Amino acid sequence: MKRQIVLGLALSALAAPAMGATAPSAVSFAEGAVAGSLTGTAGNPEEGMKVISDRGLGNCVACHVISAMPDVAFQGNVGPTLDGAADRWSEQQLRGIVADAKKTFDGTIMPSFYKNEGYIRPGDAFTGKAAEGELAPLLTAQQIEDVVAYLLTLKE
Amino acid sequence: MRILAGTCALAAFALSGLSAVADPADDTLVVNGEIQMITHTDKAPDYIDGLSEQYSGWHFREADTRVMQADDFDNPGMLGVEAATEVWNAVDGSEGKACASCHEAPESMAGVRTQMPSFNEAKGEMYTMEMYINECRAERMGAEAWDWDSSDMVNMTALISSVSRGMPMNVAVDGPAQSYWEKGKEMYYTRYGQLELACSNCHEDNYGNFIRADHLSQGQINGFPVYRLKDAKLSSIHNRFKGCIRDTRGETFKPGSPELIALELYVASRGNGLSVEGPSVRN
Ligand code: HEC
Ligand code: HEC
Ligand code: HEC
Repeated sequence: MKRQIVLGLALSALAAPAMGATAPSAVSFAEGAVAGSLTGTAGNPEEGMKVISDRGLGNCVACHVISAMPDVAFQGNVGPTLDGAADRWSEQQLRGIVADAKKTFDGTIMPSFYKNEGYIRPGDAFTGKAAEGELAPLLTAQQIEDVVAYLLTLKE
Repeated sequence: MRILAGTCALAAFALSGLSAVADPADDTLVVNGEIQMITHTDKAPDYIDGLSEQYSGWHFREADTRVMQADDFDNPGMLGVEAATEVWNAVDGSEGKACASCHEAPESMAGVRTQMPSFNEAKGEMYTMEMYINECRAERMGAEAWDWDSSDMVNMTALISSVSRGMPMNVAVDGPAQSYWEKGKEMYYTRYGQLELACSNCHEDNYGNFIRADHLSQGQINGFPVYRLKDAKLSSIHNRFKGCIRDTRGETFKPGSPELIALELYVASRGNGLSVEGPSVRN
């Protein structure tokens, strides 16, 4: 019972935003999209792939099927398949969706990955205890960029 | 393959396009060849907005898990029932009494589980089965109260549930129960934790879907206490609620807290009409 069963989103080990990264509260959304890079450093699609599939990181496959990752077992279907995501959305839109999907899809079940306030009873990761101090977003700014870089490879 | 009814599931289907929507298993449960279980109804009670049909969590488990529940010799939860039967008959506490001294055989409790939690008039508050048991222990037997999640307590709730198996859940939601019910309902739709997920996000909008390897059920509590194969023990309702809130990266509530008592009443009412199954088997 001590392990989380569902969404293994662990707090990113390095909570402090990287030098020069846009802070979660400073990200500006235009109709859900985020125009510029959050870090100024190009995203790395291979890192993004890890973040997406790792239970301890983004664990996006908890809810999404990605056919390009056949080795990742047990992909969930709470959300739509991400196959062809890059055909449907621009880089800016994908950045916005990954950073805070609620800005694109009102009331969506998809968690907001680059946000760190406004929660009801936030916990200290998966311990069930109250969070203390300032919360880190679920993913770092660079991880968001890495995920976006990977999503941009999903074309049909 | 049946299409899972319920607007939520259909909406998910439309959104997910090609994703498979996994049905609850089309199966019926008869325990020991004689207890007919109502594990599915075509209509949830009128006061439940978000559900059309009701399904027991049993429908969402694998075939081998479902089969284990059909025979008491295969149901590992029945070991807890056996252990509690001994305790039922054992004298404990300063008054020299056993449960059996006042309640005779455990079968005298038939129907009790269908009404739990219920408003305790004498105490003026909502009582779960655990609270009634501890009231008897502390005030009538002069024995120590059991911890909410102790094996003695969970086993005893399994015994008392087992004699109601097959009977439909029927908790009261009006009168003095109403304010608890309202509070529980509000909690059910509150998006807790850093993942901002409400019970309804998983168990109302997405039952039948998979979240990673987990086949989401409606989160009904007619099967409690449940024997969880991965923990190899019986688990209480509040323990399950706590686990689900923890999984939202949220700060949990304590078993026995006023919040979880209210939530229990509300969730129980979502299952009014489904048979008592406890102790059931889940993964
Ligand atoms: C708890 C479930 C859940 C998790 C976890 C999740 N998503 Fe989503 N996602 C959804 C849902 C549901 C939608 C559909 C939007 C809606 O609610 O209307 C969606 C939509 C999307 C879309 C737009 C889909 C399209 O192609 O039209 C993208 C892109 C996306 N998610 C990416 C991600 C990424 C990347 C992650 C992880 C960093 C992630 N999601 C994690 C549930 C989730
Ligand atoms: C000295 C007598 C006595 C003993 C011993 C006793 N009880 Fe009770 N029990 C009662 C009475 C009286 C009630 C209240 C009946 C009522 O209000 O309808 C009650 C109520 C209950 C209820 C609630 C039933 C309902 O219909 O709401 C449960 C459950 C219960 N007892 C379980 C137990 C268990 C388990 C034990 C032993 C661990 C036990 N009792 C020992 C006298 C006793
Ligand atoms: C992130 C998704 C998620 C959220 C949010 C969630 N649960 Fe669950 N819950 C699960 C999963 C996964 C299981 C195990 C599979 C199943 O039975 O659905 C489960 C199981 C259960 C069960 C056991 C059902 C059975 O038949 O054994 C109950 C009861 C339950 N949840 C109630 C709740 C309540 C009440 C809440 C809100 C406080 C809640 N859940 C929030 C994912 C969730």
